[in-house]
Amino acid sequence: MVAVSVSQRIASDDQLARLLQIGIVLEEVVEARAHHHYQSLDAELDEEIEDLLADAADESAEHRRRLESLIEGLGVESVPFDEIEELVGARYGRTQPEDFDGVLYDQLCNEETAYKFYDDLIQAIEESDAEFSVDRAELLDELHAIREDEAEGVSEVTEVMERR
Amino acid sequence: MNTADQYLKTIYVVQKQEDGPASTGSIADSLGVSPASANEMIGKLEERGLAEHEKYKGVRLTDDGIVRARDALQTYCIIERFLANVLAVEEFRDEARELEAVIDDTVAERLDTIIDRQPECPDCFDPETDACACLEIAAAPVEPDQ
Repeated sequence: MVAVSVSQRIASDDQLARLLQIGIVLEEVVEARAHHHYQSLDAELDEEIEDLLADAADESAEHRRRLESLIEGLGVESVPFDEIEELVGARYGRTQPEDFDGVLYDQLCNEETAYKFYDDLIQAIEESDAEFSVDRAELLDELHAIREDEAEGVSEVTEVMERR
Repeated sequence: MNTADQYLKTIYVVQKQEDGPASTGSIADSLGVSPASANEMIGKLEERGLAEHEKYKGVRLTDDGIVRARDALQTYCIIERFLANVLAVEEFRDEARELEAVIDDTVAERLDTIIDRQPECPDCFDPETDACACLEIAAAPVEPDQ
């Protein structure tokens, strides 16, 4: 018999750590995809997209470090970036965009997905009455700040797409 | 995955298991909720044209409900496979159940870009083990024949 929980709350440090790890992987996926896109643009460089992707990769790396520091506070190991980059590389061809519009659309999906993830995570933490080993206010401040970056990222990509 | 999707997924699986309409009792058992809660949500699914409830028989998903349920099941398979193969989580089934409510379909789709999901998904889902039947877990080393 299947047993599916309908609980929407985060009940423990372990669950929180796992979700932060998933956040790190998402950031790694964004970073690695941006890197692959960046490389695939070498034939016909477009400065605006190049800058956008470079900034996105830098921002993802920064978010990753901030998430790593949070899960360090929970006493859990991070996720190895090299392995994730390898996985992205191995499967990249299957989902590679064909042109600049495709690259921008993929980047928009990256930013929107990350925003949705942090938004759901913040809501789940706010609805939970569990005591975490990290300071709840600091945790939420950090996640709100990261979510805000993702919202700005969505606006930036949308602006570039509308101009083109 | 929202609560409605969790119900749709469960009804779909119970319907397959029972080879007919899913009884409210089985749905409630599977979700670990009271029959009253299950009835309330089934009513909402009916209002949205996703399920039909026949008195004394049980619940049957509509075509739209089946599409949504299969999407939800696929999202669940992605979460299980991601936990097992990327994060090497041993208790991936338990954790998938704990985390599915917080992982949205769009997030699962992005995670799907780095996992090796089988084309038959979500038909690969096995209700008995509550997992993707073709999910490869690093097995314990096999003892060589003596």
